[in-house]
Amino acid sequence: MLKLTNLHKIFNYGKVNENYVLKDINLEVPTGDFITIIGSNGAGKSTLLNLVAGTFFPEAGTVEINGHDVTAWPVHKRAHLVGRVFQDPLQGTAAEMTIEENLSLAVKRGKGRGLRLGLNKNRRAEFKRLLALLELGLEDRLEYPVKLLSGGQRQALTLLMATMGQPQILLLDEYTAALDPKTAIQIVEITKRIVAQHKLTVLMVTHDLKQALAMGNRTVMMDRGKIILDLKGPERENITVRDLLAKFTARSGRELTDDRILLHG
Amino acid sequence: MWLNILQGTIEQGLIFGLLAMGVYLPFRILDFSDLTVEGSFPLGAAVSAVLIINGMNPFLATFIAMLTGVVAGMITGIINTKLKITGLLAGILTMTSLYSINLRIMGRSNIPLLRETTILTVIKGWGLPERYLALIVFTLIVLLIKLLLDYFLYTEIGMALRATGDSPVMIESLGGNTDHIKILGLGLANGLVALSGALACQYQGFADVGMGIGMIVIGLASVIIGEVVIRTSKICFATFGVIIGSIIYRLAIAIALQLGFAPTDLKIVTAILVILALGAPSLRNFMIQDEFAERLMERSASDAQTN
Repeated sequence: MLKLTNLHKIFNYGKVNENYVLKDINLEVPTGDFITIIGSNGAGKSTLLNLVAGTFFPEAGTVEINGHDVTAWPVHKRAHLVGRVFQDPLQGTAAEMTIEENLSLAVKRGKGRGLRLGLNKNRRAEFKRLLALLELGLEDRLEYPVKLLSGGQRQALTLLMATMGQPQILLLDEYTAALDPKTAIQIVEITKRIVAQHKLTVLMVTHDLKQALAMGNRTVMMDRGKIILDLKGPERENITVRDLLAKFTARSGRELTDDRILLHG
Repeated sequence: MWLNILQGTIEQGLIFGLLAMGVYLPFRILDFSDLTVEGSFPLGAAVSAVLIINGMNPFLATFIAMLTGVVAGMITGIINTKLKITGLLAGILTMTSLYSINLRIMGRSNIPLLRETTILTVIKGWGLPERYLALIVFTLIVLLIKLLLDYFLYTEIGMALRATGDSPVMIESLGGNTDHIKILGLGLANGLVALSGALACQYQGFADVGMGIGMIVIGLASVIIGEVVIRTSKICFATFGVIIGSIIYRLAIAIALQLGFAPTDLKIVTAILVILALGAPSLRNFMIQDEFAERLMERSASDAQTN
């Protein structure tokens, strides 16, 4: 369970370039909810994820995960609770290290690391099993440096790593935006499988409105630092992208604008 | 005579191989340009020399010298991570401070160690042939350190350290504290450098406060030569390459000296070597661009003719 209470985020507070990015965000996410987050440019979607991950700290308000007040915890301290896939496929994996070495880093998510060897027979066997589930053939390439993989393969690997070591919450930040459509669909399918298997709570930022409605059980719409719509339950069923756009205009008083937004469907 | 020079060169190459590993670790693995090296090398020499002339067991003195290097590296790490001062400047600050500290430790700018009990004289007493004494001792020490470093880089902490240089965002999201990892890595690296300094002063028979000058470039040159000779992404080969690079570097210097270069010119020779090696990709790009521009010109010329 994730609970955001009266969150405010201001960049460059008190300077000429002050930027009030999040204004009094309140959001309760029960365990197992899969929320897709949409909104215009600069709505604060990514900042919201960063506050949950601990990349930034809020100027006011609290972040609670499973009853812990984690507001002041840095990223590495929250890691045992939060897994994350980044927009840039290069960020989620270490390029010079092999697939198995990358996975061995994820095994120790949020746990103490010691002077034991990072890899052993048991771990390799486990990695093979997990990689086989991705159906990308990576299980035969444990000793390949990750830099030799395609963006899609790297993103799939990151997804696997982000969900290893039992995190409670998975953050997906436009994680298919850099991929070609076919690969993106593949990654989405893998995501659905892994999320269901681990019963994860998910926050996913996307620019693809169709994807926002097709995935998850709840859609949150943001505009200029505020949550303007929280769609769930029967209200969300059978809704179309057109309805979604209309709702945005009705709530924010303007059109949904974003140079990257996908309006198809 | 030639064999003597060759042997001495290899011995030096081995000692500076430790320095090169101490440069390799931050530069290539942590992606941190650490200049502390220029201070921690003479620090190792100063501490071991002072302890030895005061009668301490040379092994213990060398070990303590190494620990002081670890502390120096950690200070650079703390300045960088906790005070958010850039890595380059953090290293320069520590290096500059170490100059004063080294003079304080030594009490003068030069300490001779002739007729003192050093690691080498102790081991000579165990009955090793004097002719190959230094060669054997340094080979064993360097191999031991290399194997320990390899092992460390494959442990859980070691892998987190490699990931910190590779993708800091990722290792943080997996629970690694990159600040602590950096401090640890810089400590280890400068421990190796100080060990190198301690052995160098016992080998050459004196410690000098100025012996750190140019060490970073020498270390880098060794790392780069090693990478050219042994192309690999595997750590155990890469560390081996660094040691080989250090030995080749010493050989190149010895040859340059035999060719009549003044010893004082060697630093600029080394620097140019490093510039060329590090700048090679950009230089190659310029050449490709030139070639391409020429080809375009030729084509437009021939087009003009046919028209």
